[in-house]
Amino acid sequence: MRAAPFAYLRPNSLEEVFAALAQFGDEAQLLAGGQSLMPAMALRMARPGVLVDISRLGELRGIALEADALVFGAGTTYSQALRSPLVAEHAPLLALAIPHIAHEAVRSRGTLGGSLANADPASEMPACMLALGAQVVLRSAEGERAVPMEEFALGTYTTAIEPGEILAAIRVPLPETARRTRFREIARRSGDYAMAGAALVSDEAGEARFVLFAVSDRPILVSGAPNLDAVLAGIDTEVEFFPDNHAGIATKRHLAGVLARDLLSRSALKEAA
Amino acid sequence: MTLDARTDMPVSLTVNGRRTAGIVPVRQTLAGYLREELGLTAVHLGCEQGSCGACTVRVDGEVMRACLVLAVQAEGCVVETPEGFSGDPAMDRLRERFATRNALQCGFCTGGMLVAARDLLAREPRPSRHAIREAISGHVCRCTGYEAIVDAIEAASHGGTAP
Ligand SMILES: Cc1cc2nc3c(=O)[nH]c(=O)nc-3n(C[C@H](O)[C@H](O)[C@H](O)COP(=O)(O)OP(=O)(O)OC[C@H]3O[C@@H](n4cnc5c(N)ncnc54)[C@H](O)[C@@H]3O)c2cc1C
Ligand code: FES
Ligand code: FES
Repeated sequence: MRAAPFAYLRPNSLEEVFAALAQFGDEAQLLAGGQSLMPAMALRMARPGVLVDISRLGELRGIALEADALVFGAGTTYSQALRSPLVAEHAPLLALAIPHIAHEAVRSRGTLGGSLANADPASEMPACMLALGAQVVLRSAEGERAVPMEEFALGTYTTAIEPGEILAAIRVPLPETARRTRFREIARRSGDYAMAGAALVSDEAGEARFVLFAVSDRPILVSGAPNLDAVLAGIDTEVEFFPDNHAGIATKRHLAGVLARDLLSRSALKEAA
Repeated sequence: MTLDARTDMPVSLTVNGRRTAGIVPVRQTLAGYLREELGLTAVHLGCEQGSCGACTVRVDGEVMRACLVLAVQAEGCVVETPEGFSGDPAMDRLRERFATRNALQCGFCTGGMLVAARDLLAREPRPSRHAIREAISGHVCRCTGYEAIVDAIEAASHGGTAP
């Protein structure tokens, strides 16, 4: 099947992107890596009137180390992030998670910004960014605002991005003390979307953030980490489980417990990189 | 400013070492352009939604699904299809090992498999069998059961004789 007819525009600057969004309104849809949007168009689940191609915009590229944050341009591809020494040093959680996303030929084009904007509840990047306490930088013709990940993912395929806005960057705060991270997902085949997954970020002061994904309509920060019993109680009371194509609610609930035990048992915490 | 959204657009790119240019419908995928305009039909179209890997090509040194890239997005790029890679010793070894180890039957998946395998050997000249399986995990083969493909890639990476 082929995509329904559309028109195409390749803006040369963010200013032109905002002009295009203003001019074409609801008809316009941003095209980043195309690794979710192109299949959706081929299946006719998406029928944009005008594709606004931001995949080549230099303004959205690059990974920069600032005083208090590692900052990713929204157009950073998974492959670029995986190759980056800055990621290996300051956000190794992403390097643990990215190999689980699809395959080399998808990671070479798919972008961090596209993954967050797409807000698939089974996606790895939104969960990792939530575990890392990241902020999403949204820009429009009027200016920019920073939204914490807790307030960004609002539900399946739904985010805090307003009409006229684009996701420009992702800011991962740098920790005061060394951070340890763990990641695990359960999928039927390598590269498939997860049936359930979890990310853990803990520091030497004993603070920890445990996030489950592919179990609900968005990634869930479960309270109580690093205490396993508290997290297991949190899974019972705080998580609203959603079924998907891969597993029903009972399986997801079971897998959430498996992941919590795996990441939070005492030996596991010692192993964390 | 008023912007002009197009339904046809000029594109120029280098495919298998040759420059090519033309006006294409923006709706045409890179896979469609390679097959229909350039006759490079080793770029197979299986699913046209990114899941089977049959259309995998190399663009500016990175492997991509040609069904998930628009032809106009390849503007200025260097593209290699399974027909290309001429004078590339690693690709020659892969082709030879695929043939001698019977790593293809109908051949539908083979072009994509070869491009993915070539990409793996560029990143990891002596990959483990696990790494080989990872590298071809996005590629569906309905005939071989994969074992022969893993053998062929492993043998090609050793450069020597088949196991
Ligand atoms: C075979 C296959 C397997 C996959 N497996 C996985 C997997 O295991 N895990 C996973 O997480 N993903 C998986 N994906 C999806 C992939 O990760 C996508 O790349 C990603 O979800 C979207 O990023 P993109 O850059 O390709 O965005 P696009 O597809 O270009 O866009 C996705 C959506 O986000 C919007 N958008 C993009 N960029 C911005 C921006 N800067 N600001 C505002 N809106 C924006 C677009 O308008 C569109 O609605 C898979 C894809 C394929 C084809
Ligand atoms: S045809 Fe492109 S991945 Fe199947
Ligand atoms: S040889 Fe037939 S699909 Fe692989």
